Amino acid sequence: MKALVPVKRVIDYNVKPRVKADGSGVDLANVKMSMNPFDEIAVEEAIRLKEAGKIEEIIAVSIGPAKAQETLRTALAMGADSAILVETDEDVEPLAVAKILKAVAAEVEPGLIVLGKQAIDDDSNQTGQMLAALMDLPQGTFASKVELDGDSVTVTREVDGGLETVKLTLPAIVTTDLRLNEPRYASLPNIMKAKKKPLETKSPADYGVDITPRLKTTNVSEPPVRQAGVKVADVDELVAKLKAMGVA
Amino acid sequence: MKTLVWVEHDNSNMADATLAAVSAASKLGEVHLLVAGSGCRAVAEQAAAVAGVGKVHLADDAAFANALAENVAPLVVGLMADHDAFVAPATTTGKNIAPRVAALLDVMQISDILSVEGEKTFTRPIYAGNAIATVESTDAKLVITVRGTAFDKAEATGGSAAIEDVASTGDAGKSSFVGAEIAESERPELTSAKIIVSGGRALKDAETFEATIMPLADKLGAGVGASRAAVDAGYVPNDYQVGQTGKIVAPEVYIAIGISGAIQHLAGMKDSKTIIAINKDEDAPIFQVADIGLVADLYKAVPELTEKL
Repeated sequence: MKALVPVKRVIDYNVKPRVKADGSGVDLANVKMSMNPFDEIAVEEAIRLKEAGKIEEIIAVSIGPAKAQETLRTALAMGADSAILVETDEDVEPLAVAKILKAVAAEVEPGLIVLGKQAIDDDSNQTGQMLAALMDLPQGTFASKVELDGDSVTVTREVDGGLETVKLTLPAIVTTDLRLNEPRYASLPNIMKAKKKPLETKSPADYGVDITPRLKTTNVSEPPVRQAGVKVADVDELVAKLKAMGVA
Repeated sequence: MKTLVWVEHDNSNMADATLAAVSAASKLGEVHLLVAGSGCRAVAEQAAAVAGVGKVHLADDAAFANALAENVAPLVVGLMADHDAFVAPATTTGKNIAPRVAALLDVMQISDILSVEGEKTFTRPIYAGNAIATVESTDAKLVITVRGTAFDKAEATGGSAAIEDVASTGDAGKSSFVGAEIAESERPELTSAKIIVSGGRALKDAETFEATIMPLADKLGAGVGASRAAVDAGYVPNDYQVGQTGKIVAPEVYIAIGISGAIQHLAGMKDSKTIIAINKDEDAPIFQVADIGLVADLYKAVPELTEKL
């Protein structure tokens, strides 16, 4: 069985995003970019399933600019077998991403599609669920445990009140939450080897998908800044403040 | 505009998150609610009592007992023939279902809205809340999830909407519910607590967290939260986590103990009305957002605070 793992190139999670003064977006010029952390977890999970003999082949796919090749090479260095870049310089919304992935999946025919629950740039948390809808497949979102067993997958999900477990028929879509695993670092030999693994480049048009945005972003601004308040000297002063607020 | 709001519930009680979604929907137009579940007529009755609700659609079927997205999405899509916007609270249930509905309707969802700026214009956080985007939909219908802390809750009483039964769309046969481990707690639920006491990595281990944080929380009748660092270190389960990757909270009072204030954590609590921080590192970023800060050793300060309150 094959696993398809979509990955996105995003601003590195350690970088504090700066909003452009003209309100047109976030400044990404000369900013460190990395694989979306939730997607790293997805790649890792697919690799672990392969190491456990439950998956035979892992195909990583990214939709984005030419530089997203670097993100795919990271996935290959971690352990994916081949990669597909659907190249475009446009911002592609989750709905259009899901449509492209559906077309990719029609060619790859994966038994499992594992992807991050959300990308840390637009924080939409939509692509996996949309892909599941378009492919009419079951979805195990926000996974903290994935068990592949014959023709089904059992997914433990992180929900507001705790954990929930669902059983899905295959093929299925799984989206990853933070606790699922800790992604490995690619070793230098594997990074070298990854350069020789196959990476195919396509375009959204190759899949016949219209990526025209449905949402117009009219402004991007800084969130309201919270001002630092006062420091109290000791617990007694804190207690007095709390009492004045009616808390105690 | 006619909106259809997803009612979050456990088949016996409607969750508070629903009321914020109702508030958001009421800014768009007429509010209809959807209660999908199993043996959930009591929820429909609670929903019908919410102020400002025009109608409650009740879909009562075993297939909807656990809100499996595969079963629920076709039901919502059917009802959307007659509605202009699907509005769900941005709970894990809402986030699971809404995009599935959106894709089936060929609509680009607007996630986690903070405000309604116009009939099709909304603000929403991006980059972990480090930026706020104003977005306008060009789709014929809307699919929206609502950040609960950004909207006042609609009144739970005062309404008397009619309850209309909806035919079940059945079981899609692709997924089944195996079980759940839902944390039972006497303490207020985090997203609705008026006061939250939250602990960070400085609490050392699970026993210390329990011994330090819980007595203060009990004294204040507060909910208990934790930073991602404390959760990752195994002091408390994940459902305690406050932050971009955990719960988004905005209580009256948020007491951060031994929490440095990583961006990730601030994203989950910076809309709290009053933030109190206790940390021994006076340069900790948490003090930049705290209304009241106490630079002190938490092992001395917190027991003393608990005793003196």
